[in-house]
Order: sequence, then C-alpha cells, then structure tokens
Amino acid sequence: MSRELAIRLRGVVKRYGSITAVNGLDLDVPMGTCVGLLGPNGAGKSTTMRLLTAQSIADEGELEVLGFKLPEESKQARAQCGVTPQLDNLDVTLTVEQNLLVFSHLYRIPRAERKDAIERALVMAKLVDRRDTRVDKLSGGMRRRLLIARSLVHGPRLVLLDEPTVGLDPQVRQELWALIDALRSQGTTILMSTHYIEEAQRLADTVLIMSHGSAVASGPPPELVSEHAGREVLEVYGPPKRLAEVEAEAGAAGLRTRRTGTSVSILGIDGRTNGFDHDGDRRPANLEDVFVLLTGEEIA
Amino acid sequence: MSVVTGTRGPRLHRFERSALTGVLVREVVNFSSYWRSATFSSTVEPTIYLLAFGFGFGSLVSRVGGYDYVDFVGTGIVATAVLFSSAFPAMFGTFVKYQFQRTYDAILAAPVDTEELVTAEALWIATRAGVYGCIPMLVAIPFGLDPSWGMFAVPFIAWISGYGWACFGIAVAGYAKSIENFSYIVSAVLTPLFLVAGTFFPISTLPDWAQVLANFNPLYQCVQLVRSAVFGVWGWEDLGRVAVLFAFGLLMWRIAIRAMMRKLVD
Repeated sequence: MSRELAIRLRGVVKRYGSITAVNGLDLDVPMGTCVGLLGPNGAGKSTTMRLLTAQSIADEGELEVLGFKLPEESKQARAQCGVTPQLDNLDVTLTVEQNLLVFSHLYRIPRAERKDAIERALVMAKLVDRRDTRVDKLSGGMRRRLLIARSLVHGPRLVLLDEPTVGLDPQVRQELWALIDALRSQGTTILMSTHYIEEAQRLADTVLIMSHGSAVASGPPPELVSEHAGREVLEVYGPPKRLAEVEAEAGAAGLRTRRTGTSVSILGIDGRTNGFDHDGDRRPANLEDVFVLLTGEEIA
Repeated sequence: MSVVTGTRGPRLHRFERSALTGVLVREVVNFSSYWRSATFSSTVEPTIYLLAFGFGFGSLVSRVGGYDYVDFVGTGIVATAVLFSSAFPAMFGTFVKYQFQRTYDAILAAPVDTEELVTAEALWIATRAGVYGCIPMLVAIPFGLDPSWGMFAVPFIAWISGYGWACFGIAVAGYAKSIENFSYIVSAVLTPLFLVAGTFFPISTLPDWAQVLANFNPLYQCVQLVRSAVFGVWGWEDLGRVAVLFAFGLLMWRIAIRAMMRKLVD
C-alpha cells in the first residue's frame, strides 16, 4: 500500500490478426523492486515488453509507465527507462565506447555529464579496458554486458530486460546475474522477462507467471512455491509403465503429480500423504513445479 | 498503490532537436567506419558515366542542346550522383537497419519517435548527397567544364533533391517485403527516370508526351536547375523547378513516415 508503482497495466489486450498475444494482462511493478515475467516462448512476454515502449500499441486496456499514460506520453516514459532487447542490436563496427556515446546522445544526457555517464556504464559492465575494442571483436558475454550497460547510460529509474541471458552459457549467465543483482541493490526498478526458472527464482522479488498472454499467478517465488507445490517433491524414476502406476496411486491418495521427462514428480509430499509412499528422490519444490501445475505446459 | 508521479519533466514535443541529434550522431559516428566504401560507390560510378559518355559520345557529338558535350554531361551527371548517393543507400541502409541489425528497435526504445527517426535519417542522407552530388561536376572541370560562381548553388540543389530521394528510398524499404523487391523499383522506376532526366541527351529529342512527363521527373528538374546555376542562365521557370523538388521532398517525406510507422510500430 505504501509503495508507488513504476508500471501499472490493467486489462491489456494485444491482438495480431486472429492471434491474441496478450490477453487481459494486469501487471504491477512497484518502485525499487525486481519483477520477473516468467513463461514459455510465445506466452506474450516480448509483446508485453514492446507495449511498454509503445513499439506495440495495445488494442484494449490501460498502461502507465512512471506515471505516464501509454501510448500518448510514451516518449516521456522512454526518456526515463532503459531497455535491453532480447536480440543484440549493437552497432558492430563501432567500438564499445562509441556505442555508449551514441546512446548518451539518444538519451539526451547533457554534454557536461556525458563523459562521466559513459565511464560509469563502462565500470558497471566491467568493460573499462575494452573501451576501444570493436563490438564484433567482443565475446558473447561482453556483448551482452555492453547491451545492458547501454541501457543504463542515462541512469534510468526503470530498466526493462527482455530475456537478458537467453542463449548464453552458464558461466556467462552467472556474470550477468551478478550485474543485474548489483543494479537491483542500487534501488533500480527492474522488469525482466525470462523463461529460465532459476533466473526468476534468484533475481525477482515478485514473479508473474504468464501463459497464453495472461497472468496465471503472481507473488514472491517462495510463496508461490509453498502455496501451489508445497515444500517437498518426491521424484520417482522408472519405466513408463511404472510411472503410470505411480501417477494413479498418487492420484488416489489425493496428491498432485507432473511428468518430468524420465520421472514423475509427486508434489506436496510434505503434507498429508494418505499412506502414499515410494522410493525416490526428495527435492525442494521449485517454480517449475508451480508453472507446470498451473499451466500444464513445460517451460523450457 | 498509486503510480509514481513528480518526475514530469517538460512536456515533450512531436519534433525535438535532441531526438534528431541523437539519430544524426549515430549516423555520423558510424560513417567514420564506412566512409571509404560509401564515398567510393557514390562518386566512382557517376564519374565512370561521365568519362564513358564524355569520351564516347563526346567524340561523335561536340555540341548538344547549345552546350559543349562535356559541359552538358558534367552538369547533368550531378543528378545521377545524387540518385546513387541517396535513393540507393536509403533503400538498402533502411532495410538492413530495420531487418537485420534491428537498429531501429533500439532507437525507438529511446525517446525518439518514428517521425523523428525517418526525418533525421533523410536529413543525413540528403547532406551526403549534397556533397557527393558535386564530385563528378568537379571531376569534369579538368576535362573542360569552366568553373563558375553558380557552382556554389549546386550543393543546395543536390541537397533538396537528395532529401526527396532519401525519403523515396526509405519508403521503398518500408513497403518492401524482401530486399529482392528492390529490383522492381530499380528497373521500373529509377532506371527510366535516370535515363530521361536530360543527363546524357536532351529530352527535346523525345516525343512530346515524354517531354511533358519529364517535367514531373525530379531528376530532370535537378539537372535543369544545376545547368541554370552553373551557366548562369536563371529564368522564372527555375522557381517552378524548385517548387517541384520541394513538393517531391514533402510528399516522399510523409510517405516514408507512413511506411516506417507501419513497419516499426504494430
């Protein structure tokens, strides 16, 4: 009640022909928090991101970003936002510093502050000693860091990160998580879309699970997990026939299950089990369990 | 919960200098990495035309339309250089930046609107065309074209023509479904206009209906204006020519914005 909202969406609908990409979405992003939009490819995450910069215009609903109504006042909102796109669109024949210089102009940083702003972004992205390197000579991880740094050059109050670590190897992903976490601890408001469960669980204060263009659940990750999937999950392995039997037994005992590839996961095993007992691996419940349970879809 | 307020800066306008500057700075900084190839293609090709026609035809005909042939081609070729340095880079550059590099996604996420983006891109290409347009004329000087004070008007004529052709190229890129579609435009629109612009032969040799149509060809108007300027033969009809170039620029500018709005904002 006390917190102000950086982003407020109510009943937002976006259609492309016969496809409804966003279907009555409500979304609140309180100032100073990191909200994760979690969902599989095609859930409407990227469309939501495009709506927030008015690169898509909603068919229905209300959108407010930093107190500005979209799409009418979008330019003012964009001036105070940073956007990291899913697809790398750096100028590859320019150097690291030239890329930041261009964006310091696009984001209207006054001449006197430009040099410091670029320096800050270079430090943040740990690219100080690469400032004169051409982008096409950078590694994938460095390019991603530059892409994020580019969206921070004007010190935005709100940052939109669209799939910030998609397609990167695990080590580089960790690096970027550290960068995003640093940003979060500075008090920058973040809206991040992702289809990596771990990413949402680690970085987001609140997760909004999206499926087919609307929100199916939202809350802090631990609460979502305990509310929907319980504390522990029992994973039973075996041949398909065996898995079907386990599923049937669990169902009879009033327990919810989901298939996880070669195993069947029995959720909420910590609660009343009605005598159900099997050998298997016990593991903590996670957001993926919640997601599959709520949407019936696999996420990755 | 309430949505944040209190950070409302000055209301932003539809066209803002800082937005145009931002896009122009990007182009200027990028130009430092590709100016050699751009300068090469924009100047060498018209110069080859100049030399080929100048020496080839020039040996057959010494005077055309009341001018020495080298003077005739050396001035007319400005329009060719303008076309090659505006319409073509606008078509290909816009398509590549939209489709392959996704540069425009990045720019439109910043406080820049499509109208400002298209305008700034066209201003930049027009400025390049203003400079490149003069180069074959300068090349013609050692071959016999006499320098004149009127030549100082040529960059401005080339600039205004280039603005229209830049917008034309952006519009083509905006409506084209693939880069292969450009060949229709090049074959069906640009090549005919380029040939009947009075660059290499006077249009008075064409049938009457073609001569009337030529008045609507901005390249022809550009050629005529350049000759008026360089040879100091201004007349009232030149005001009409300037008006045609302005009208062409204005019309293409609006069409280009429409095309890119359709493409960039869904």
